[in-house]
Amino acid sequence: MTTMAERTHTTSGSAPEAASSTKTLTLGKAVNEGLRAAMRHDDKVMLMGEDIGPLGGVFRVTDGLQAEFGEQRVVDTPLAESGIVGTAIGLAMRGYRPVCEIQFDGFVFPAFNQITTQLAKMHNRTRGAVSVPVVIRIPYGGGIGAVEHHSESPEALFAHTAGLRVVSPSSPQDAYTMIQEAIACPDPVVFFEPKGRYWTKGPVDLDAPVGSATLNSAHVVRAGTDVTLVAYGPSVETAVKTADALAAEGRSAEVLDLRAVSPIDTAAVVASVRKTGRCIVIHEAPVFFGAGAEIAARVTEECFYALEAPVLRVGGFHTPYPVAKHEREYLPSVDRVLDAVDRAFAH
Amino acid sequence: MTTTNGSNEAIPTLQLLDPQGNRATTRGTKGYRDRAAALTPEDLRGMYRDMVLTRRFDEEATSLQRQGELALYAPSRGQEAAQVGSAYALRPQDFVFPSYREHGVLQVRGVDPVDRLRFFRGSDHGGWDPNEHNAGVYSVVIGAHTLHATGYAMGVQRDGTPHDKRDGTAVIAYFGDGATSQGDVNEAMVFAAVNNAPVVFFLQNNQWAISEPTIRQTKIPLYQRGAAFGLPSLRVDGNDVLAVYAATQEALERARMGEGPSFIEAYTYRMGAHTTSDDPTRYRTSEQEEEWRGRDPIDRLAAYLRAEGELDEAFEAQVKAAGDEIGAHLRTGVRALDGGAPVSTFDHVYATPHGVVSAERAWYEAYEAGDPPAQQYAIAETTQGGAR
Repeated sequence: MTTMAERTHTTSGSAPEAASSTKTLTLGKAVNEGLRAAMRHDDKVMLMGEDIGPLGGVFRVTDGLQAEFGEQRVVDTPLAESGIVGTAIGLAMRGYRPVCEIQFDGFVFPAFNQITTQLAKMHNRTRGAVSVPVVIRIPYGGGIGAVEHHSESPEALFAHTAGLRVVSPSSPQDAYTMIQEAIACPDPVVFFEPKGRYWTKGPVDLDAPVGSATLNSAHVVRAGTDVTLVAYGPSVETAVKTADALAAEGRSAEVLDLRAVSPIDTAAVVASVRKTGRCIVIHEAPVFFGAGAEIAARVTEECFYALEAPVLRVGGFHTPYPVAKHEREYLPSVDRVLDAVDRAFAH
Repeated sequence: MTTTNGSNEAIPTLQLLDPQGNRATTRGTKGYRDRAAALTPEDLRGMYRDMVLTRRFDEEATSLQRQGELALYAPSRGQEAAQVGSAYALRPQDFVFPSYREHGVLQVRGVDPVDRLRFFRGSDHGGWDPNEHNAGVYSVVIGAHTLHATGYAMGVQRDGTPHDKRDGTAVIAYFGDGATSQGDVNEAMVFAAVNNAPVVFFLQNNQWAISEPTIRQTKIPLYQRGAAFGLPSLRVDGNDVLAVYAATQEALERARMGEGPSFIEAYTYRMGAHTTSDDPTRYRTSEQEEEWRGRDPIDRLAAYLRAEGELDEAFEAQVKAAGDEIGAHLRTGVRALDGGAPVSTFDHVYATPHGVVSAERAWYEAYEAGDPPAQQYAIAETTQGGAR
């Protein structure tokens, strides 16, 4: 079995400001720095996608990387998502670690077959003889006023497929660390980037250790005692704002950032809910058959006697993602989460 | 209008042996004739042997399926020249991406016959280590693997392997006429072309995608598809092992030299059913089958070798004995395949521990051991937390 060695990045090469390894970065820039660090660390790491070269990607997440690493390692591909993922599988079989960019969430479906029937199963199909360490980066989620196919949250479709890991960072620091851990992981990882939070700023320790913790472990963003708000990706910020509002009302909410939807860190969720007795799950994806349903089932199985109220979910509706004019009402808002908290306390 | 499912006389097709086993000397084929001429009598007998053994494997596997020992089998009968001829042009460092019918290619590649039936037995989703034979496992979602082949070839390019017609590295993808309609196959050719990737697209047009004739897939001869993507493309008589060998060697050398991808259409015929579950009498005539029986690729090579005095009874007896050995090996080996313990289902789902799989595995083990339900629950819960 391959283990991922812990490593610490030195900032040698990016030089003069090396005195302090902590910088303030946007989440998008943090992914960019994480990609750069991974490419410097391992020359088998390469990027593939549409418009990721001179343009730097439509969100500029790969900005400057082709200039630094060349066209063989930062590849502007033909406009064909199945082709991107399918060739990445072959490259991985030859020993490379491709990181594919799917330009928008709604464009991943031409690659759905390659991801679910090939990428997810190759390791199992070969009884472990072949590993396919491919990362699929997908800017996802809404809130940016976009047109159809540019605001979706399809993570449950991938989490339902054994063989894939599905993660989503919520902060610049996690974005920086998680992208490196995803690249170092021998399993395929679908890496959902909360595009509505690309411009969120935060401190990033560029020397933060890279292991595998963020791919498997949730973390407590805010400790609390009365209710657990479980979120990931873009919804973590919503959960934190809700916790602020609750604090003003004298209620103490614990905010748990799952980071990974596959696997779900059930132990962390259970530990929190056993303490608070109430659990609200928040995600932008439709509630129906969403990650929240899985979490609610697990919490009910493992915390039955600790629960003061049923587990509640706040998320998207069972409709196509709405037109931009209506997305504010569709997305889980602080008000809707507060409403759920009130319902939980009314039990 | 030229049909793609009839006699095809109008479509230029490389042939070095005619159906009666005579050397064909069509003008403009000297380069290919020279390649075939470089094959020694020993090479030719080796090809003949592997073609016969591939057919024997087919017959044994079909029998095992009829006896209930295999869930399914996809015979390659009729395609032995296309498969063995192309595989003989491969070098050890080349890498093969087969579909699920390339029994002749895998025979030449040295994959154990029993391993080739693990998949059809229902005891394995694959069957062998791809890196041991430089041959991937079966690909069942039609055409998906042509992209893997192209990506693998892009990796070869990045490795900086030498550009040398013998020591360079080429990749070959095998697929069928039905697969040419798949988006993935077309995307694979786009990616290969723009990257100049060292990959050979080897189409076996066996004229039938289960029940659908090639006219359901195309209005033009399929080798023209490759040309449309900018790939050097050639149609060969897929039942002529010499033509297949020469054409594939040329394309592989082009790839090994760093000169990019090629497309070969080997025009052949699926003499058997699609699989053991299929019934070709519902969709094609016995006249057509009879006609193609007259173009049997093994008979053609045998006729040539006999005329050349290179196939004597002693060698035929050796081949027969090797076939009997494969039969015996399969009958004992296949029956012994049981898929391992049921708990092995949880193996190799991920390369690193995944909490959900670890917990479900722990629960299943406790359940199988007959532990009381409460204890099963406790074990699963503990593992879930612990196996991050």
